[in-house]
Amino acid sequence: MVAFIIRRFLASVPVVFIATVVIFLGLRLLPGDPALVLAGQDATPETLAAIRAENGLDQPLPVQYLIWLNNVAHGNLGVSFFTKTPVGQLLQQRIPATLELGIAAMILSVVLGIPTGIVAAVRSRRMPDWLVSAFNGLAVAVPGFWLGILAILLFSLVLGWLPPGGRGDFFKDPIGELKFLLLPAVTLALPFAAGLSRLVKGTMLEVLNDDYVRTARAKGVDENGVVWHHALRNALVPVATILGLQFGRLLGGAVITESVFSWPGVGRLIRDSIGNRDYAVVQACLLLLVIVFVVINLLTDITYGVLDPRIRLSGGRSR
Amino acid sequence: MTTSAESVAPQVVVPQKRRPFPTRGSWLRRQPTWVQVLFSIARGPMGAFGLGIVLIMALLALFAPVIAPYSPVAQHPGMELKPPGAQFWLGSDDLGRDLFSRILFGARVSFAVGIIATALGAAVGISTGLLSGYLGGWVDSVIMRIYDALLAFPGIIIGIAVISILGPSTLNVAYALAIGGMPFFARLMRSSVLSEREREYVYAARCIGAGNGRIMFRHVMPNTLAPLLVQLSLAMGFTVLAEAGLSFLGLGTQPPDPSWGTMLNDSRAYLREAPWFGLWPGVALTILLVALNFLSDALRDALDPHRANLR
Repeated sequence: MVAFIIRRFLASVPVVFIATVVIFLGLRLLPGDPALVLAGQDATPETLAAIRAENGLDQPLPVQYLIWLNNVAHGNLGVSFFTKTPVGQLLQQRIPATLELGIAAMILSVVLGIPTGIVAAVRSRRMPDWLVSAFNGLAVAVPGFWLGILAILLFSLVLGWLPPGGRGDFFKDPIGELKFLLLPAVTLALPFAAGLSRLVKGTMLEVLNDDYVRTARAKGVDENGVVWHHALRNALVPVATILGLQFGRLLGGAVITESVFSWPGVGRLIRDSIGNRDYAVVQACLLLLVIVFVVINLLTDITYGVLDPRIRLSGGRSR
Repeated sequence: MTTSAESVAPQVVVPQKRRPFPTRGSWLRRQPTWVQVLFSIARGPMGAFGLGIVLIMALLALFAPVIAPYSPVAQHPGMELKPPGAQFWLGSDDLGRDLFSRILFGARVSFAVGIIATALGAAVGISTGLLSGYLGGWVDSVIMRIYDALLAFPGIIIGIAVISILGPSTLNVAYALAIGGMPFFARLMRSSVLSEREREYVYAARCIGAGNGRIMFRHVMPNTLAPLLVQLSLAMGFTVLAEAGLSFLGLGTQPPDPSWGTMLNDSRAYLREAPWFGLWPGVALTILLVALNFLSDALRDALDPHRANLR
């Protein structure tokens, strides 16, 4: 098991390496002199040279890359040249908001997706199955940002039940914060809930046809027992491993949802920083996302290995 | 199950539910494969709907300059945010531009980005996947490691990363989405090549002296196209959605050019006064996405070897 974890960990090192090189080069090769940005337009050649030397900008690119990595490793992500605040501080303010939205959407998609999937499988080819399938088809096809706009239109502007955007403080006013959270979380969760529901339905249908389910029925276990104790447990193994990847995709989707609902998270920070050409912030955000996704993928692979020894022993690839 | 000697019939597989092209199908059997596939798609209600809607929207996009009553960027002072009516069929936006015309021209952006990004991603993905699967060894390792790294991230994040480097524009969105689409084509291609390259016809080609390039592109590739076609239609749907999403974030098509995503973003400030402004672009986008979904489902059914009703 330890060997498996180490192997998976080492396999993700090249991903991080390639990603950091791309992020570094991509933003360094842009037109515009970073020293000029730091010093201001009317800096003398001497100050420019001093700033270059100080920041290592006179070094060859590979050396600059190492300096940058070293800075990042020490938590120095640079300074936003738009707001003049350290990027680390900006991220600290934004990360909790995105996590809050992501976790809320994750819970919602599990609560919506798994039971509907079970019902659709157990009542296959009957009314509940059709209803769930129709709903899922719709939820997957309707673009999230449009759904968000429609939801704001209906629940905030016409009915006036919920705020159209923004974020409160969960610890000071939990009820108020839930109101802020409800629309963005539901909008973000719906397509994922639909995907989850389809997956659960698929694995449940497969499992319900397995021999051991027939055995359970034959020895007289009632239908509820078959579904809940025998089938569901085994059907949820692949689902559990997909959930990790789903969380990553949710964070990707959050970039757009945050913009629809003016949610002050990392997604909005990226969007605004690209608009302002605030490259230090963009760089840091991209790096953060890379690390988050690599860690999520690693954890998913390890979960898979724990749940299914065949993957662990073949040393192989879960996807 | 036991079979008596009488019941051992000749090995003819007749699909039970959907009959193969029926008794009068002799005309169809003589047609090229793609015509047969088209017919097969159009037979089911969902396939017919998907194909029909996609074709209609493509035609509307193509002939947008002829159909549109106004220029998509023409501003009509004093006519801002008018509800749908005789002059502006779908209403007008905050700058007094005709929404119907803008949606028609927006369809062009969706189709253009969808086609360019899918074609580019498919071209690079398919050829690298082919190389990877056919040559194996270190070439395979290097190519697949790069694609693994790309696959670790959701498409929209790759799009944002690429655009933050290239800068926002319609064409850059197409490039960004092409990069995001490559790994899917490459993986699909690689896995079919891995099974195809051990086939007899490959050995036969090698025996008569064909080189690697010829075997790869002339012999192996045509035999791996079916799953790729399905992936093409799926990728098209994803690209159309992602283009709208990136434009919605202000990272795609730049004003004043119309794109459904940009229009949706602009409409957010006027939801109270002009709900139709945010309604129509979303309706258009959703219809196109649903149609593309149906189309790819029908295509998969038509090409699935297990349900093959084509010979």
